[in-house]
Amino acid sequence: MATPMSTIVARQPLPESRSSTGFRLAMLLPGGLVTFFLILFALGLVVFLALRGNDGSLLGAGFTFANFITVASDPLYWTVTLRSLAIAGLVTLATVVTAYPVAYYLAFHAGRRRGLLLFLVTLPFWTSYLLRVFAWKIVLAYNGVLNSALIESGIWSEPTLAFLNTPAAVIVTLAHAYAPFAILPIYVALDTIPKSLLEAASDLGARPFTSFRRVVLPNSMPGVLAAALVVFVPTVGDYVTPALVGGPASTMIGSLIQAQFGKANDWPFGAALAVAVMLVILAVVLVVRSADRRFGSRT
Amino acid sequence: MSAARIDAKQSGRWLGAYVLVYVIFLYLPVSLIPLFSFNDSIQAAFPLQGFTFEWYATLSGNSALSGALANSLVIGAIAATGATLCGITVSYMDLFGRSPLAATISAIARLPILIPGVIVGISLLILVNLIGFGPSRTAIVLGHILVALPTTVVIMKSRFAAIPKTIHEAALDLGASDWTTFRRVMLPLSLPAIVSAFMLAFLTSFDEFIVAFFLAGTEPTLPLYIWSQLRFPKSLPTVMALGTAILAVSFVIAAIAEILRHRGLAAAQRPVPANLSKPEETERGELQWHST
Repeated sequence: MATPMSTIVARQPLPESRSSTGFRLAMLLPGGLVTFFLILFALGLVVFLALRGNDGSLLGAGFTFANFITVASDPLYWTVTLRSLAIAGLVTLATVVTAYPVAYYLAFHAGRRRGLLLFLVTLPFWTSYLLRVFAWKIVLAYNGVLNSALIESGIWSEPTLAFLNTPAAVIVTLAHAYAPFAILPIYVALDTIPKSLLEAASDLGARPFTSFRRVVLPNSMPGVLAAALVVFVPTVGDYVTPALVGGPASTMIGSLIQAQFGKANDWPFGAALAVAVMLVILAVVLVVRSADRRFGSRT
Repeated sequence: MSAARIDAKQSGRWLGAYVLVYVIFLYLPVSLIPLFSFNDSIQAAFPLQGFTFEWYATLSGNSALSGALANSLVIGAIAATGATLCGITVSYMDLFGRSPLAATISAIARLPILIPGVIVGISLLILVNLIGFGPSRTAIVLGHILVALPTTVVIMKSRFAAIPKTIHEAALDLGASDWTTFRRVMLPLSLPAIVSAFMLAFLTSFDEFIVAFFLAGTEPTLPLYIWSQLRFPKSLPTVMALGTAILAVSFVIAAIAEILRHRGLAAAQRPVPANLSKPEETERGELQWHST
């Protein structure tokens, strides 16, 4: 039933349905291929591989739950998973809390500067993630910017190793790298609060803080939750930042997955770890969804 | 009432100061890369040692570097073309296709935001090995189409939604086929957004490291080249010179793309009453649903 392209562009009006079918097919094809093949099928492969034993071949051999049993029973993976959750949770918290006042300013106080400020906070978003992380490496290094600046200014006399290769370094770096992600959703949520609500609150005698706590904050929660999600997801699976500034004490679950597909060369086990991460993210998404519904989603 | 005003003004000033500090902090670490790229020392440390172009000179005549640059440019151009094409068709069918399949595709196309890069990387690594061509530039192109897809879909969807529905209906009523309406009416009206989506998709690919790391064969992209150099303390200044160049290019492309996007949206919304201003809001709300 597929109509060739050339007939669709023909001047002669075609029966609506024929032209329509060809057009629809052509328009759905690229997106359909990418979504079903590159996303769904590829993710399906990960789940499939996670259920296989490692025999060195691409798709493994035999069906087994051994990979998942190892993930669930080995305390190492619990430690690393909990650490990843803790790091990603702290990063999310830090990012959202520091971004909220910026979004608030943008929505209610920025005036003519709003366009410029929005532009300034969005721009770093499009710069290289690797370079943003690398910048922190040179800041925190033993012979780095922070140490040398502290010594130069006479605050400290000796450089310290305490900055680099710590979980704190990972948190600071990730929070900084993902900071721009959090501002926009919160800003949009704040900006779409009907001004009449705020006027009503102040007309009814609410002090500014009360109207913030009772009107603005609950109404901006969908944005806060969206921001939390977009920061949490990439940070929980990150392996670049732990590798560059984290040291061995901050190995995250992403680092383990990467190792299974690299040096350790146990793809089925790496796939099982990946499935575990996806389940964790799914749980977080469901929690956020239900919280979002409680606050009355507007997005 | 006036007391509240003064209160608001004062808190606005405090907030303004906070925002200033925040923006400075946002740019400070990255701005150290250009600063030290001109510093005449192999270490990135204070005090600054003197001004030099030496590190930039080491960039030219480096064949591994120019090879990586060429790879990044080719991969970025092809991936951005693919992602933009998908973004246009997916969002158009989502808005005008009136079919559950189109809506499903559009929803799945935005799914990569909820998948960490490491998992996108390994899933495609398994896939390309299964197909047979394995890690290669083609594999990276596929990965980058996925990574850039949410951005292009969101940008194009907000753009198509901002075009008054009446224009689309008028074209169909006047006898234009679906295809003619799409090509002669809707595409020209959304040209700035298309250019913007392409540029941002290109940047996404050009800067992308996490997914490319898994999918690269023997031909690295620029970020992979930088990663390989990070192990050698001696090449640190060269990396900073290269990083400065990349940052400069990224800033220029991103600035043009953002200006185009906002111009396009503003122009589309001018004649439209307030109730149609919603698309831009969703677009702004969802645009950060994209991971680098």
